[in-house]
Amino acid sequence: MRDVAIVGAGMTRFGELWESSLRDLFVEAAVEALTSAGADHLDDLYVGNMSGGQFVGQEHLAPLMADHLGMAGIPATRVESACASGGAALRLGYMSVASGMSDVAMVAGVEKMTDGADVTNVLATAADQENEVYHGITFPGLYAMIARAHMAKYGTTDEDLAWVSVKSHHHGSMNAKAQFHREVTVEEVMSSTMVADPLTLLECSPVSDGAAAVILVPLDQAKKYTDRPVRIRGVGQATSAMALADRRDPAALDAVAKAAERAYKATGLAPKDIDVAEVHDCFAIAEIACIEAVGFACEGEGKDAARSGMTALGGKIPVNTSGGLKSKGHPVGASGVAQAIEIFEQLRGEAGERQVEGAHTGLTQNMGGSGASSLVHIFERV
Amino acid sequence: MPSPRYWREVPNRYRLEGAKCADCGKVTFPARHVCPDCRSANMEAMALSRSGKVVTSTVVRTPPDDLLMESPYAVAVVETPEGARLMVQVADCDPEEVLPGMEVSLEFRLIRKEGHGGIRCYGHKAVPVV
Repeated sequence: MRDVAIVGAGMTRFGELWESSLRDLFVEAAVEALTSAGADHLDDLYVGNMSGGQFVGQEHLAPLMADHLGMAGIPATRVESACASGGAALRLGYMSVASGMSDVAMVAGVEKMTDGADVTNVLATAADQENEVYHGITFPGLYAMIARAHMAKYGTTDEDLAWVSVKSHHHGSMNAKAQFHREVTVEEVMSSTMVADPLTLLECSPVSDGAAAVILVPLDQAKKYTDRPVRIRGVGQATSAMALADRRDPAALDAVAKAAERAYKATGLAPKDIDVAEVHDCFAIAEIACIEAVGFACEGEGKDAARSGMTALGGKIPVNTSGGLKSKGHPVGASGVAQAIEIFEQLRGEAGERQVEGAHTGLTQNMGGSGASSLVHIFERV
Repeated sequence: MPSPRYWREVPNRYRLEGAKCADCGKVTFPARHVCPDCRSANMEAMALSRSGKVVTSTVVRTPPDDLLMESPYAVAVVETPEGARLMVQVADCDPEEVLPGMEVSLEFRLIRKEGHGGIRCYGHKAVPVV
């Protein structure tokens, strides 16, 4: 296996982007990524996308996107793992370059969610259709059940959840590409509309359009493209029972824990070695459960992290400096790649106001469904 | 939902039929071909008790379009005495009162109507034991 580095990145603004189609979003991010790396060709392309078919009636995205990038002819593959599609695409791009099959690969993620589909219904297809969705559960509902289980087991409170969103919005207020730039207060979060008890509107990530793309090359060729490559140290991927009812503990995200364990094992690193991280905060409870699963907080102690400042900028382990899915936005298939871009910028010292001083090692954690699939990537400044 | 797809689910939706692993004793709902715990294929059909306890729950206030008229409604993961867990709506009560630990019975109910013809689809809902 060869060492692999990210040498360029491109990303659209996230939000309700009425002027851009699914392909427009991809092309904007992809062209920016190619330009930033100075790459003139691709040997391989992976496109993470959850549900072009349901959101805009478009499947077969790989050739479509290669074609619109002016690169019809290259090998291209669309990757789906619900909201972890981007992370899953990144792992395949990493494998493509690490294995020696390609020298320049693009990993992109894209989603167009605001073109009129019943988004609640489309997202619910990432849950168990026959045994969960049939009975009327929604995605906020599934995470609400995780939240309530976490509350019953560890004493997590509504206020603990609200603090996660307050922190995300604070970070997002410094990110020009974020969907929301507005800071919110604990009171605003707690008094916003209830979506699925106990989760309020401001504890749920938004419906977003957006795309993100990165260029991967072998580490020993990286200096041809940039002075500041970021090495992908390793990756872990895992699955768990699909339906919440079939999980060992509805308050725990076992696939996330397993993916993290594999990523730490692959890199020889531990949670204490991570300087900055992006985790999959599709709902406030998800950030709490994810930081426990990746080992930044002990089981049941993730609830205090946002309030105490531990996971805020300036804290012991800043989490979701981009604003996270909550404030930056969550175009589902793009999120896993956008997380990698935030870490890429952090490790290159390009994160501006959001910069974590001296960041050397970063982690991204992306997950699909109510946590049935997850990926953890670990990155390092070179 | 096309009728064959609905018809295939009849054993679990109409009869609350799960399966028990003859090798390790794991009970699943619905039935599975392979045991999720020990991978044995010796799974035997087993009807669940029509009772259980709420493990976790929520109140859905932003439902999918099909269930707009039902909202808000409670949904819970319920564990039966056999150790099987299933996701069901909890009916005949104030949805906000459905919390972990609540004792429920499982009753055969209309779950949804589908398609232009309004095909009636059945299954089980939980009802609090009073």
